[in-house]
Amino acid sequence: MRYCSQEVLAERGRNVLLCTAGAAPARHWLDSGALAMEYIRTPKVENVRLIDRVSTRKAPLGTLYLTATHIIFVENASEARKETWVLYSQICTLEKQPTTATGCPLLIRCKNFQVILFIIPQEKDCHDVYISLIRLSRPEKYEELYCFSFNPKIDKEQREQAWNFLDLKAEYNRMGVPNSLWQLTTVNRDYGVCDTYPTEIYVPKSATPPIIVGSSKFRSRGRFPALSYYNQGNHASICRSSQPLSGFSARCLEDEQMLQAIMKANPGSEFMYVVDTRPKLNAMANRAAGKGYENEDNYSNIKFQFIGIENIHVMRNSLQKMLEVCELKSPSMGDFLWGLENSGWLKHIKAILDAGIFIAKAVAEEAISVLVHCSDGWDRTAQVCSVASLLLDPFYRTLKGFMVLIEKDWVSFGHKFTHRYNHLDGDPKEVSPVIDQFTECVWQLMEQFPCAFEYNERFLIHVHNHIYSCQYGNLMCNSQKEREEMRIRERTHSLWAYLWENRVDYMNPLYRPDHSQTQGVLRPVTTPYYFKFWRGMYNRFEKGMHPRQSAVDFLMAIREETQQLQEELEAQEEKIAKLEKVQMKNGKLLPKPKGRVKHFGPSTSDNSIANTPQDYVSGSVCTFPNESPLQQLDMENSLLILTKETLKCSDPDLSANSDQESGVADLSCRSPSGGDSLPSEDSVKDPDSDEATYVAA
Amino acid sequence: MEFAELIKTPRVDNVVLHRPFLPQVEGTLCLTGHHLILSSRQDNTEELWLLHSNIDSIEKRFVGSMGTIIIKCKDLRIIQLDIPGMEECLNIASSIEALSTLDSALLMYPFFYRPMFEVVEDGWKSFLPEQAFKHIESMTNEWRLSQVNKDFSVCPSYPPVVIVPKSIDDDTLRKVATFRHMGRFPVLSYYHKKNGMVMMRSGQPLTGTNGRRCKEDEKLINATLRVGKRGFIIDTRTLSIAQQAKARGGGFEQEAHYPQWRRIHKAIDRSSILQESLIKLVEACNDQSHNMDRWLSKLEASNWLTHVKEILTTACLAAQCIDREGASVLVHGTEGTDSTLQVTSLAQIILDPTCRTMRGFESLVEREWLQAGHPFHVRCAQSAYSNSKPKLEAPVFLLFLDCVWQILRQFPCSFQFNEHFLIMLFEHAYASQFGTFLGNNAFDRVKLKLPEKTVSLWSWVNRPQELHKFLNPLYESNSLVIWPSVAPQSLLLWEGVFLRWNRSSRYLDEAYEEMIHIIEYNKELQAKVNALRRQLAELETEDPLLETP
Repeated sequence: MRYCSQEVLAERGRNVLLCTAGAAPARHWLDSGALAMEYIRTPKVENVRLIDRVSTRKAPLGTLYLTATHIIFVENASEARKETWVLYSQICTLEKQPTTATGCPLLIRCKNFQVILFIIPQEKDCHDVYISLIRLSRPEKYEELYCFSFNPKIDKEQREQAWNFLDLKAEYNRMGVPNSLWQLTTVNRDYGVCDTYPTEIYVPKSATPPIIVGSSKFRSRGRFPALSYYNQGNHASICRSSQPLSGFSARCLEDEQMLQAIMKANPGSEFMYVVDTRPKLNAMANRAAGKGYENEDNYSNIKFQFIGIENIHVMRNSLQKMLEVCELKSPSMGDFLWGLENSGWLKHIKAILDAGIFIAKAVAEEAISVLVHCSDGWDRTAQVCSVASLLLDPFYRTLKGFMVLIEKDWVSFGHKFTHRYNHLDGDPKEVSPVIDQFTECVWQLMEQFPCAFEYNERFLIHVHNHIYSCQYGNLMCNSQKEREEMRIRERTHSLWAYLWENRVDYMNPLYRPDHSQTQGVLRPVTTPYYFKFWRGMYNRFEKGMHPRQSAVDFLMAIREETQQLQEELEAQEEKIAKLEKVQMKNGKLLPKPKGRVKHFGPSTSDNSIANTPQDYVSGSVCTFPNESPLQQLDMENSLLILTKETLKCSDPDLSANSDQESGVADLSCRSPSGGDSLPSEDSVKDPDSDEATYVAA
Repeated sequence: MEFAELIKTPRVDNVVLHRPFLPQVEGTLCLTGHHLILSSRQDNTEELWLLHSNIDSIEKRFVGSMGTIIIKCKDLRIIQLDIPGMEECLNIASSIEALSTLDSALLMYPFFYRPMFEVVEDGWKSFLPEQAFKHIESMTNEWRLSQVNKDFSVCPSYPPVVIVPKSIDDDTLRKVATFRHMGRFPVLSYYHKKNGMVMMRSGQPLTGTNGRRCKEDEKLINATLRVGKRGFIIDTRTLSIAQQAKARGGGFEQEAHYPQWRRIHKAIDRSSILQESLIKLVEACNDQSHNMDRWLSKLEASNWLTHVKEILTTACLAAQCIDREGASVLVHGTEGTDSTLQVTSLAQIILDPTCRTMRGFESLVEREWLQAGHPFHVRCAQSAYSNSKPKLEAPVFLLFLDCVWQILRQFPCSFQFNEHFLIMLFEHAYASQFGTFLGNNAFDRVKLKLPEKTVSLWSWVNRPQELHKFLNPLYESNSLVIWPSVAPQSLLLWEGVFLRWNRSSRYLDEAYEEMIHIIEYNKELQAKVNALRRQLAELETEDPLLETP
């Protein structure tokens, strides 16, 4: 269940659900989610089928509950009562399909790329569920968001402490600012200059408040150039802003002084780059609206550069097209590759990474400062600045560093989380997978540099999940000002502290702080064949497509065991030293350790994660003759037996060492997949119960 | 013939060598009968030793008197030699061309190669059919070893001994052989211990246009069925291609004559199409343009992954019939030497954990490819860079290795060997100092006296000094059937082969080393802890009064 997005709540919820067994579980949330309850037209529908799009197994029958925060589907048949939980905030689209003989299909696409198809027997029930979900999945006010009712039962003090887990001031200190070249400006302390910027902003020492204010008036939405990253080694920096309001000929002295100040804050440099991340055509079109880009002639010593990253609308459509490919039912290789190409998705990812590389190179190799902007400076600019920071500074490749990076380049600088990720019912044209693309850039880098990142793929997926879950307050609202108005810190919980607590799950076993890959600047290659389709993200819930064994989890289990061995070793050495002391006193000879070694490796193989064949006969569900439902049942049974057998097979390792410390035995029970890669779809009736079997043994 | 006749200029000085990811080297180029050697004559610089048989094609260019030869190898590497002097360059080029296209197997390097290591275990004797049969005999007594082909007269592409149903005598086999393509009568390929089901393989039945039948053939394959059981015939060709084969005397089993069998047609393409696919794929991988659309469309147009998917799917189907449906299976395409072997060998990897061990896999290659008569000599004569019109060349074995790699990626802990092992087999199938992959079948190997005159690849690989490089550190024996995913999202381009010379593998190699380090360190600690545990126990028993709290 660890993989489930609603971990904590799901755990608590299950208990409630099981004790009320049958009664509407929604009761539990009545107090916290009274608001949502009004919209639930029907809290419970029975005899609903959950259709698995990939597998050929028979769709389980169960009961659908609508609670204040989740849709919960509880299967009837299985003893373990397998449950599927979906947060309303994760719902992306709802589609009521034409009624068939079996019932009325309701297709739910989620923002975390889960796709669920329910068949509801009665048209009326389906309609009620549909109407309820439409409203529940599109909250109108911040107050309706899950983070305001989510209550993980930790005390107030702990909650407040969790919010202090990250501190951006400390981060700028880590970078080496303020210093003789950069200072903290208070010009925006009441959001007077720019309401989408944070209050604490770092600017060049020579940028006086009048320069800042003047510059901000010449920039879209007042987003004047501000420090994003300072490279302590050579004084080069990355600054960010929005586009200048240059139109065809306008200029602004203060803005020119501002850029001059940034360049001067990098002593010894003779010019600076201004990177416009938009395609040239888009930037030129903006000039007609009185916006545009810097004229090299007006600014002394800037080199201007376009890097063509497409706008949010192109990206939204691109993702849409790629998801359509992911959703195809048994596509051919050609369908898939053609669709992937046609979506243009990987091309866009490459463009973002290329832009990041350009900036990182300028800073690290040429020691030249860079000002980055797009139109408003909160989408492409955030992507590119954070990719460049990640390439430049190993800190951002650590678990905590990644959180800081999100806080620095996304949260504090006013990336519009609410609009982009559709937290509230809003303009669909504002929605776009901007941070998704950044997350994927990181994953592509992880594929190229397997030892360079402290965190693993699961971490990225979980962070991504919480960008949409609305469970924690960090990634809510469109700006710091909004978050303050909503009193997010007082009323919600912090995601970062929660992820940090569970950090064991997010560690990359191949990471070593002293590894050469970890050090210094990353220099990735962006030849097209380096870019891969991210199955773990976009087909995250199609377990059948994923590797059935995970090298990463295997190694994590090994490392965990290694640590326990180290502890035991120390304890033993201490004990022996004590004994020796006593025996020396008694004048006895010491026995020497003997050579033969007993191996007690962790039984980390997930053999017990049974796997079953897919539909290898294209198109038809089952073309084998003589097959009756009875036989199918037999197959399932035999599979369960098989699972137990293999468990026995891997037992000797365990039983031989049952006398050894419990820590090792514990480890053996730990599935190396960490509950992450659940068994294939049609293997056992229920992946959860399968895992349970494993643990029980 | 003397090699010297072909070598017009044996030595040129001041030649500059360019290789992917390595600094250029200047040195002396030498041609020998089997190698192209470049030596800088400096102690620390690596030399180039390239087998002529590894050269797929060459191109020459001239700028003034400076000539350049671009050598494209069968392992997909491309190297460049800058040779001063037009005449020298032309001589070298024509010599390489002649030496790399020698037709006679007897002139191949394995006949001249003398191992620098002591042969401890003769690989030629490591995997004899008799041993394979002994293993089957230990599980069932329904099968026998037949010597009907001992002089290769019944089926020239079969080994002298084959495993057939006990109830079928040699005379019947001879009759069946006349009804099957190239005399390839159905033989046992795999016995599934769990339920006693079997997999057989053969050539297509020669039904022709008038629907010829053969009672002995029907008797033979029915003899493999248990009472009341039904079986599946997996024809690796589409129905329409199988039907077209009738016009050329081939065909497929008519249901009327084989009522206990159900035929399933799959669509594994013929070898010439596979060769075209390989050429396109390698061209796509070598395209240095930095355009994403172009890369993906070229990758798609090559169809390589489509072939991988089709072959894997068919193998999974065969395995599913055996393990899940509890039915026996007969696999064939046209000849039964290409797609048939891909399917039968992959199905065994899925079903049989033994095949996922090092020796088990070697044994599988020996049984299902070498002895089963996959024509390595003609299939691996040329690789992706060949300029000549493809005749019989086809990457059938490479596709098999690719499919194994795909399964390995999905079950990284279930194989005793690693990716390097698969790449090594690919290299040696195309060019080698060992005799293992010479010839087209067992008959050829006998005629060439390979076991007496050449060294087996297995003699070299199975030495502990070599073996450790090919072991998978993550391996834990897994007795389960492993069902791979064949969804397009699950299938990947095999970078280790196709991008090997186009991208640096430094960071991936480092990750691999790190992985080994983690596992080794764990083992080391285990050893220490166990030793101390024993020491403690002894200390404590010696003086029970000294027990510490």
